Amino acid sequence: MIAIAAGITLVAIAAALVLNAFQGNVVFFFSPSQIAAKEAPLDRTFRVGGMVEQGSLKRRADGLTVDFVVTDTAKSIPVVYSGILPDLFKEGKGVVAQGKLAPDGAFHASEVLAKHDENYMPPEAAHALSKAEADKAAKSVVPGTGAAR
Amino acid sequence: MIPELGHFALIVALAIALVQGTLPLVGVAQRIPGFIALARPAAQGLFLFVAFAFGCLAWSFYSNDFSVLNVATNSNSKLPTAYRIAATWGSHEGSLLLWVLMLSGWMLAVSVFSRSLPQDMLARILGVMGLIAVGFLSFMLFTSSPFERLLPAAADGRDLNPLLQDPGMVFHPPMLYMGYVGFSVAFSFAIAALLDGRLDATWARWSRPWTTAAWVFLTIGIALGSFWAYYELGWGGWWFWDPVENASFMPWLIGTALIHSLAVTEKRGAFKTWTVLLAIIAFSLSLLGTFLVRSGVLTSVHAFATDPKRGIFILCFLAVVIGGSLSLYAWRANRVAPGGRFELLSRESMLLANSVLLLVACGAVMLGTLYPLFLDALGLGKISVGPPYFDSVFMPLMAPAILLAGIGPLVAWRRGEPAQLLRPLRWVAIVALIGALFVPLAFGRWAALTSVGLLLAFWIFAGTLAALVVRFRSTTRMTPAFLGMLLAHAGIGVFVIGVTLVKSYETERDLRMAPGDTATLGGYSFRFDGVREVRGPNYEAARGAITVQRDGQTIAQLAPEKRVYLVQRNPMTEAAIDAGISRDVYVALGDAVDAGGAGGTDAAAWTVRIHIKPFIRWIWIGCLMMAFGGVLAASDRRYRIATRRQEDASNPDATLLRRGAA
Repeated sequence: MIAIAAGITLVAIAAALVLNAFQGNVVFFFSPSQIAAKEAPLDRTFRVGGMVEQGSLKRRADGLTVDFVVTDTAKSIPVVYSGILPDLFKEGKGVVAQGKLAPDGAFHASEVLAKHDENYMPPEAAHALSKAEADKAAKSVVPGTGAAR
Repeated sequence: MIPELGHFALIVALAIALVQGTLPLVGVAQRIPGFIALARPAAQGLFLFVAFAFGCLAWSFYSNDFSVLNVATNSNSKLPTAYRIAATWGSHEGSLLLWVLMLSGWMLAVSVFSRSLPQDMLARILGVMGLIAVGFLSFMLFTSSPFERLLPAAADGRDLNPLLQDPGMVFHPPMLYMGYVGFSVAFSFAIAALLDGRLDATWARWSRPWTTAAWVFLTIGIALGSFWAYYELGWGGWWFWDPVENASFMPWLIGTALIHSLAVTEKRGAFKTWTVLLAIIAFSLSLLGTFLVRSGVLTSVHAFATDPKRGIFILCFLAVVIGGSLSLYAWRANRVAPGGRFELLSRESMLLANSVLLLVACGAVMLGTLYPLFLDALGLGKISVGPPYFDSVFMPLMAPAILLAGIGPLVAWRRGEPAQLLRPLRWVAIVALIGALFVPLAFGRWAALTSVGLLLAFWIFAGTLAALVVRFRSTTRMTPAFLGMLLAHAGIGVFVIGVTLVKSYETERDLRMAPGDTATLGGYSFRFDGVREVRGPNYEAARGAITVQRDGQTIAQLAPEKRVYLVQRNPMTEAAIDAGISRDVYVALGDAVDAGGAGGTDAAAWTVRIHIKPFIRWIWIGCLMMAFGGVLAASDRRYRIATRRQEDASNPDATLLRRGAA
């Protein structure tokens, strides 16, 4: 009996622990369009994904800090990152950055993830791009269908 | 011609597997000796044909046969020979073939080394394994044949992913798969015992060395993967809580619980149904891991091309195996006689608590791994669960497990005497406290978590040593199994020390360095001597030269590289490491930068990342100790003697009684 009670207590403690840690450590994902619509939180770490805009990569004088722009083709957001970029980080390719939104509107990344091989696009980045495409398509179609109705 | 022969061999193998998975099981149920006797030759035949098919694929890679689609997409004529052969399992199709090869290898081993098993038991075990083989062979033949032709043939191949061109690729996947698939043996033993309705200590004794062997392979496989990621990915991390890593870690956690639970079932006849359940879960998680990695729901280094048909096939197979075995469990488990009784303070209760902890930890890992996938599949948004979650959940769950592992071997079976335990326990506690308080002083910086980690490590060292002393003084013989257990437990301590010290005292810096620049980190100075061009067999590289000095003394000349592989044109960081027992000095090249911006390889300055990783080698040394402990335990002669004695005894419980009395 005591063993069973101890076991149940143990599992209960573990469950509380797990749920608490889960609550605090889940990282949400937002696309540049969502950030532009002010859906992203200001005080919490989150991920942004999309494509690195062509010609947007700039290196600052210290040689380590880089600025680039992540776009989902509809909206875009400037990103600042200090450190070594992953091997497969390239302009025009998919990227996911994790960090916080600063008051100046730039995204300060603490981590940058790129694809693992030439065919692979981070799923979040792919999702953001296809969603923006779909929204654009929907917008361009709406007036036409509206007239038809 | 050779690929067609390989494909044909796979079809024959499927036919044999169908026979092996049905007739022996029918034979046992209907008492048809001819059918029962089929199991062993069928298993051996299956191995021959699968091995032949594997040989055919390996040959196609070796001989650069680019008319085979798989070879054309994953190899290249300039690829060094060792990697051409390793590329055999570098694709989705090839890795499945490796899976089946391992499965049939384990079947062969069971059919050869279990001559002392009763015929009907062996027939059931091999029958269940045959059914698993049917699932995987049909998966391969219907959705992902490794021998598909490419006509007209390609002039040259698209090359193996540069990340995989490493000695790690030669050893990590086979080891990991041996472990994964090895749990199918424990699973088949459990299912056979359930079918038989006779879940006794003999079953546990037969199953134990097999389960331990699988666990050893899995331990080595995971450790190799971790080591590989550490030196190859250029980030200096050794574990990322990546879903694919978790997929291999979950069966390991349950496998660890299983080998301990089996010990109780063998020695005390207790936890029978619990052990069977763990065996089912361990293998189910191996299958889940295969599903996660191969179905394309996860994208990572390990994931290959996505094809929904494949995902659905594995998902159905998973549902059949898990659903079927759990139904059988629900139906049969209540027939099992209750096992030996035990008190609250006993080795049994400690082992039970430990396996519950391991199970809960596995559940926590699973939640963090699968929850984002569920949300995504249901269209509820995209989230990711990163290392902070796993760290903050895993450590509090494992800390009590480690405390229990430290004193478990000191507590008697059935009923421990508190007075007897208290004496060694005092010493264990003193040693642990001293270690926890004083070791951080040597590093000059104290933190609560550092002390907790060291406390656990010294606790388990002292507990293990105490168990050794107690056994040495007593009349009980020192067996390889006992020593193996202690070695594995000491391995946990070594591992914990490595993790604690790396987490507490590692340092890193990202720098911009021009030739002649010097930087310091952790008492070492790093001088950047510039970069020159070098050519490898299938890549071009910029090779940096960095001189590491300490107190004016040159310690190492490191040569980190930035490679560009000729076929896929992707850059690859190749870190340079000066390894040591108390620290690794780790250097990786970033990008070439001019004063103004990004430049070519002849640019003057480079970004450079340097790390000092104290005691990181202990992490893998600890894993090796655990694995070697497992080897010692599995090789214990007692299993062979016990099974030989089994042949004489008409009543399977007679040996148990004799052993119990001894």
